[in-house]
Amino acid sequence: MRWAEPIKKDEWEKIDQVIAKYKGKHGALIPVLKETQDICGYLPKNVQHRIAGGLHLSSSQIYGVVSFYAFFTTVPRGKHIIRVCLGTACYVKGSKQILDNLQRELNVEVGGITRDRKYSLEAVRCLGCCSLAPAIVVDADTHALVDPSEAIRIVRLYE
Amino acid sequence: MQILKIEDLQGIKERVALVLQKEKYRAKINFHMGTCGIAAGAKKLNALVLKKMDENGIQDIKVIHSGCAGLCSREPMVTIESPGLPPVKYCDLNEEKIGEIFDRHILNGEIVDSYALAIEDGGEAFPFEKVPKLQDIPFFKHQILWALRNRGLIDTEDIDESIAREAYFGLAKVLTSMTPESVIEDVKTSGLRGRGGAGFPTGLKWEEGRRYSSSPKYVICNGDEGDPGAFMDRSLLESDPHAVLEGMIICGYAIDAHQGYVYVRAEYPLAIQRLNMAIEKARNYGLLGENILGSGFDFDIGIYPGAGAFVCGESTALMYSLEGKRGMPRIKPPRSTEAGLWGQPTVLNNVESFANIPAIIRNGGKWFASIGTKGSKGTKVFALAGMVKNVGLVEVPMGTTLRTIVYDIGGGIHDKREFKAVQIGGPSGACLPAPLLDTEVDFDSLDAAGAMMGSGGLVVMDDSTCMVDTARFFTDFSVDESCGKCVPCRVGMKVMLNILNRIVEGKGETEDIERLERLGHHIKESSHCGLGKTAPNPVLSTIRYFREEYEAHIQEKRCPALVCVDLVQFRVDSEKCKMCGLCKKACPTEAITWEKKTPAAINLEKCIRCRSCIQACKFKAIE
Repeated sequence: MRWAEPIKKDEWEKIDQVIAKYKGKHGALIPVLKETQDICGYLPKNVQHRIAGGLHLSSSQIYGVVSFYAFFTTVPRGKHIIRVCLGTACYVKGSKQILDNLQRELNVEVGGITRDRKYSLEAVRCLGCCSLAPAIVVDADTHALVDPSEAIRIVRLYE
Repeated sequence: MQILKIEDLQGIKERVALVLQKEKYRAKINFHMGTCGIAAGAKKLNALVLKKMDENGIQDIKVIHSGCAGLCSREPMVTIESPGLPPVKYCDLNEEKIGEIFDRHILNGEIVDSYALAIEDGGEAFPFEKVPKLQDIPFFKHQILWALRNRGLIDTEDIDESIAREAYFGLAKVLTSMTPESVIEDVKTSGLRGRGGAGFPTGLKWEEGRRYSSSPKYVICNGDEGDPGAFMDRSLLESDPHAVLEGMIICGYAIDAHQGYVYVRAEYPLAIQRLNMAIEKARNYGLLGENILGSGFDFDIGIYPGAGAFVCGESTALMYSLEGKRGMPRIKPPRSTEAGLWGQPTVLNNVESFANIPAIIRNGGKWFASIGTKGSKGTKVFALAGMVKNVGLVEVPMGTTLRTIVYDIGGGIHDKREFKAVQIGGPSGACLPAPLLDTEVDFDSLDAAGAMMGSGGLVVMDDSTCMVDTARFFTDFSVDESCGKCVPCRVGMKVMLNILNRIVEGKGETEDIERLERLGHHIKESSHCGLGKTAPNPVLSTIRYFREEYEAHIQEKRCPALVCVDLVQFRVDSEKCKMCGLCKKACPTEAITWEKKTPAAINLEKCIRCRSCIQACKFKAIE
């Protein structure tokens, strides 16, 4: 399971390329973190240090930004990422229950990863498709008008 | 790559208008592919049509992809234009229906009236009785489309289609015949106020931005639409990106800036993709970059995807985020118009504000000011969602009542439910009850009702929604999204959340209501930025208008809407039970026993309090 392994050599190389691309540019940090997270899936401590060194910033600055934005994660993610919308429209149509059901069925906390590392469960604040409430997104697919008792069946389609 | 001159725009407009006739297309199929349409399955239908064209050896059909047409709850939708027939909008489609429409409408030239929603604008010349005209359908009848004038009409990937609808004509007018001062004067005359929610007069902001002479200056478009329940900016960027770009270039000309940024939420990948494409096409045409339209004016635009922080919708926080820092608001003054991005003069406006600019320039400020109320001119886009029949994007003149929006446009509440409240303005706004449905939407009347315009999310709630739980939901949101810089917001909101949690768990105390009110007012008065100043609004407004629900939770330990599970007994009222067995089917843990002709019963040892039975029961027999 790749996400449990340390960052590989070719991944380090890619990270260094990203740093080199943005070095010296104004406001580079957030794009660098994004592209790095795309490469290795999350932003562990050693990666944050590498970026700090490369961009001539302090590690605390990097950690400050990483911990501030919801988009960044310092823990590994599962093979599939389940995002349950908790926007207002979804909430009044029962998305809380979808989240509760998935937590129970998958035995995982929000923000956590299942023991078999297959799924990450996340709650998001409005995906902007309120007409389809309640909605969940698995990887890149949006599932509309989800019946809370059907949610687990949808998730299990992703092996 | 062809660099356009000003006179070329008119030529493109005329060429596109005739494309169906000249190039002898048999039909034009317009798939409405906003995020909503795609999630409803539009891509599958598109693939099916392409396959059918292939099978039948047909090439003379023009397939285009536009943005959302507004009525999201009836997606997937297509609009079909063919010679000799009026343009028809079909809705609620699936693969079978699109196949039949392909055979009958496109191949045989007959309108499939059973699947048709309406005859589109421009169909007046074709008398056809069986399908209503778009402007006669209540959802569309009360709307005036100014900011959304191109929604669902243009191919978002084809800049020529935008130009055919007069994109960049306003820019051409500015560059040829207007001074920066007269542009600002026009925007001031229009009375346009910031559509992001706070309502600051746009013209004044531009004037200030022009006054400071420090260079370089920046133009920023705020597309960090973080309000849960709002999707106006997403839809606008997806369906008409060029209007926003044009508005930004005009702003750049007015304040003498040469660089702009669009800050878009990371949760909107399609909007980012379409915006990127629009920028590239505009650059290729010389509408962006150096020497725009041969006028000597330079302006370029970059996109900056956000990283997921609600507070970055605040202007100073957004600029810090653009600089690669934590998005934490700072004390004003100096205002951003004096010292914004990188300490330079910066004008920041919302997506919808910029989208209104081109039409204001083309038609004049007086035209824009001709509708609306005394203090709020023009139109406002709302994202109408929740428990209404018609969910979608609506644009109404300022001063329209909430009742018109919920009942006439939204079609009212779903089946046997009752209207309870409309939530306006997201976590900064309020829940307004039925007696306030005649409130007019404008900045000042909403303020007076204890709500705020916000960016335009309208979520309708019915009697299955608990107002205490709703207040708790928004407070939880604000606690999560508080940047933590100032104490009232960081600590105060957390304390409010603790009190609310206590109430929904049935441990509320009589003094809690007063505590919440007092604390809420302190937070409003002493917080640093807009997030903290408005974060207590959902709690304060629900106490103001739904006090009896708080009292039921605290004193009777009862949740009238049966939402707060700790206050629900999960007991079947055998008098109300119609013995239908629906609850048994819904129960995931087989906690319900039921046989024909006997009332159901719940085994509390097996029950996991998931509320599936409450939702399944049509007779409100579970309490």
